[in-house]
Amino acid sequence: MEILVCVRRVPDTSENEIELEGTDIARDELVYSINEPDNYAVEEALQIRDRVGGTVTVVTVGGEDEEEVLRRELAMGANRAVLLSDECFTGSDGRGIATILKKFVEKEKFDLILTGVQAEDGAAQVGGMLAAMLDLPFASLVNSIEVNGRKLKVSREIEGGNKEVNEIELPCVLSIQTGINEPRYVGMRGIRQVASVPIATLGVSEVAANTDSVGSKAAKVVRIDYFVPVQGHGAEILRGSREENAEKVVELIAARGGLR
Amino acid sequence: MVGAFSAISASPLLSPEGLIASIHVIGIILFIYVIVRRMQPLLHAQSDCRFDRPVERLKRVGKYWLGQWRHPRYRFAGLLHVLIFAGFLLLAARAFSLLIKTVAQEFEMPVLSGRSYDILTDYAATAVFACMIVAIVRRVVFKPARYQAPAEFGKWRSVDAVILLVAIAVLMLADSVVAATTLAKNDGSLQAVAMYSLPWLLRQLMQSNTAGGLANANFAGNVLHAVTFYFLLCYRPFGIQFHVETSLFTIYFSKLDRGTVKPVRWGVREENLDQVKTFGVKTFQDFTWKHMLDFYSCADCGRCAEQCPAHAAGRPLAPRSLTIKARDYAFRHYPVFGKFNNSHALVGTIYSEDEIWSCTTCGACEEECPLFVEYIDKIVDLRRGLIDDGKVPQSLQKPLKALESRGNLYGKLEKKRADWAKTGEFKEECPIRILNNGTRAETLYFVDSTISYDERMQAIGRASARILQASGEDFGILGAAEKDSGHEVRRFGEETLFIALRDHNTDAIHRSGVKRIITSDPHAFNALRHDYKDLPPVEHITEAVARAVSERRIHLRPLSDDTRVFAYHDPCYLGRHNQVYEDPRAVLDAIPGLKRVEMKHSKDRSFCCGGGGLMLFYEPKEERRIGVLRVRMAAEAGANAIVTACPFCLANLEDAIKTAGLKEKMTAIDFAELVDQQLVPKIPRKDSEMQYETASVGD
Repeated sequence: MEILVCVRRVPDTSENEIELEGTDIARDELVYSINEPDNYAVEEALQIRDRVGGTVTVVTVGGEDEEEVLRRELAMGANRAVLLSDECFTGSDGRGIATILKKFVEKEKFDLILTGVQAEDGAAQVGGMLAAMLDLPFASLVNSIEVNGRKLKVSREIEGGNKEVNEIELPCVLSIQTGINEPRYVGMRGIRQVASVPIATLGVSEVAANTDSVGSKAAKVVRIDYFVPVQGHGAEILRGSREENAEKVVELIAARGGLR
Repeated sequence: MVGAFSAISASPLLSPEGLIASIHVIGIILFIYVIVRRMQPLLHAQSDCRFDRPVERLKRVGKYWLGQWRHPRYRFAGLLHVLIFAGFLLLAARAFSLLIKTVAQEFEMPVLSGRSYDILTDYAATAVFACMIVAIVRRVVFKPARYQAPAEFGKWRSVDAVILLVAIAVLMLADSVVAATTLAKNDGSLQAVAMYSLPWLLRQLMQSNTAGGLANANFAGNVLHAVTFYFLLCYRPFGIQFHVETSLFTIYFSKLDRGTVKPVRWGVREENLDQVKTFGVKTFQDFTWKHMLDFYSCADCGRCAEQCPAHAAGRPLAPRSLTIKARDYAFRHYPVFGKFNNSHALVGTIYSEDEIWSCTTCGACEEECPLFVEYIDKIVDLRRGLIDDGKVPQSLQKPLKALESRGNLYGKLEKKRADWAKTGEFKEECPIRILNNGTRAETLYFVDSTISYDERMQAIGRASARILQASGEDFGILGAAEKDSGHEVRRFGEETLFIALRDHNTDAIHRSGVKRIITSDPHAFNALRHDYKDLPPVEHITEAVARAVSERRIHLRPLSDDTRVFAYHDPCYLGRHNQVYEDPRAVLDAIPGLKRVEMKHSKDRSFCCGGGGLMLFYEPKEERRIGVLRVRMAAEAGANAIVTACPFCLANLEDAIKTAGLKEKMTAIDFAELVDQQLVPKIPRKDSEMQYETASVGD
């Protein structure tokens, strides 16, 4: 099976200071890593490949810095990495990114396209839009995949913990939820071992995209502000002993119907 | 003598001499064949650097093999073993002379012969025979818990042990029969035997026999001796008694350097590591020959498992099982007869991933093993293999990633690394220099990640700094230029990341131009001392304080609270791995009025707190918390305050005090915090800091 996984490099904001500058965060102190749901998607693709054969290609849209995450996924075991990079891609909105990816997918032949459920700084748009543009079936929030020939059984969790199983035919697009698997570890050694593997870089002409349909010019969703919201009121702080607090928490949750 | 056998001496081969000689030939050929086969895996194993320092190694053999130094750590079983071992050594010589005599009757063993030697060996045989009876009764009737093999190994293992004990008893009996029925050389009367020995007893029983009967008994004894001897010789390489042959070599080649971790591949330079195809141990041939020898040598006595904190907490790890499973694998896949078949991944077949991650590398097992079987290096090698295959628990991936990108476990900003030293009052009373851009100091205080970032542990850093200042130390810190020492990174098998951290710190330390290093973290201490190369001398804060106290550079005031009873908990990487046991105790005892008790498990038998560094993030499968077990031990010793000298120990113990529900009865405090509280200040302090007289320890 030929599998494509669309990935993104995102800032690791868990422990970092975010200084606000206009409509973006200050980026010089940040460290970046692969978007977590994308990492699960790559792991899932690798596991499927190892079960049924085929190849795994990872792709991302961005600049030179993005090579870091592609290399990481190569170290995980992806067969090929492609960087879609062009000046005119800068400032694309979700639809612009989906357009670039669509053009790339049309150049090649993939049976299965995976994306992470959403980027940590994203809006969970690209997977669905890409499927629609390619006119392919789409299943979102997937947390298990079973391959049966040209058909897949995919499931997702419904609010409240129930599980829904759907059948979907290849080729298709799936957005992958974290927890679908346990991604393997990639250390510095792994990344160093793929340091010399070439990464194909394709520009706007190579993916045959129309420059008017991508980049900031084509963006119809424009960010106008970015800030840390003021902390709200109404939080109740429990100030008793550990045991008292535990009791109180149980009581509060039960009172709101959280415990059956 | 020949006359007695005339009935069965038809052809030379069927003559008594011929029969015994053929037992010899068959036995020796079989033994050589078995040993050659058993050596095969070792010949195809990874290399290991064990041929250096012969004098040191011989000394170790003298003390621990010949001297049996570690055995009496388990009093009864240990002394039993010492007796058996001594008897064996004496009898081995006689066995050889007896065996040679059966074919060349005139042979006399040089030195080890004569009347007094005969008496000695008579008693030796008696003692070993008696020890065998005691050992069999222990195994069959009393069944000490540590011999109990896990169900997965089946029942054969304990039966096997008893068979071997019985075989030795039979050997002793045969030996005694021969001694009881041997004729003296000159006059044809029976050779004298030692009073009340087993041969003596047998002779009393056989007194009524004719000369012919005695000669037959002598012959039968010789045959039984030869058969049992070769049975044992050829059967031992199939079970726990192989150590009789291998222990001498295992101890000679044992690891000499405490606190160190073996390189990824012996003989491969670090800069060439990228060319090494796979890291660590994945299949059996990835072990070094010495590690395989360990597998053969383990006597399955269970001392390691009994001392193992992970095992005590019900984690899926027992050091002994690690060895036994590998030995069983070797026996199955390198059979004495048949083809070798050895390419299986060990983790997933004989080992589980949880088993390999469960070890805290505390070293209790290695300290206990009478045969110096190594465990930490094997665990690290198996972890290197798992890391290489990407099989790392999710709970460890995040801190490993953070160490890679930010140089600390928590993923916190580098520039906040020195924030612990910048808190309000502390900054004024004890300003700490950051050693960069020409700011110099004599001594570096190496902080490491936990004291730098963990809010609770930062207090250890401040206390240590105040002590260093009071003792007149000219010191500074590296600040943002410091990264995690990588101690646990290395012990969790991430060698490449460790090398990166080590190189970064080594460079930063050299650039700072310091002459000495002091740290409060035993893990950093061990890393800087053993894992790093060419650094200035490294000291732990307990050693620095002990020196300062003895040189009267600092003075400690009496403890005002007389209700406190302290127990000192030895951190593994300060105690066992670096042998610093007395300095912290000496300082505690220098605090007037301080009451101190020892826990049963202390010093080299200290019981781990649960492990530091990455182990804090690991989510083990366990039935109990290791720390809780430790806190209970302190309570048992009659202590109500545990003092330790490691931030991870403190974290685990404070946590365990809460979990064990002992919050009202027990406190934990770091050594540096306690010393800091008892310092007689040289410099005037603010009022808020002057409440030491009334503050109770541990608040």
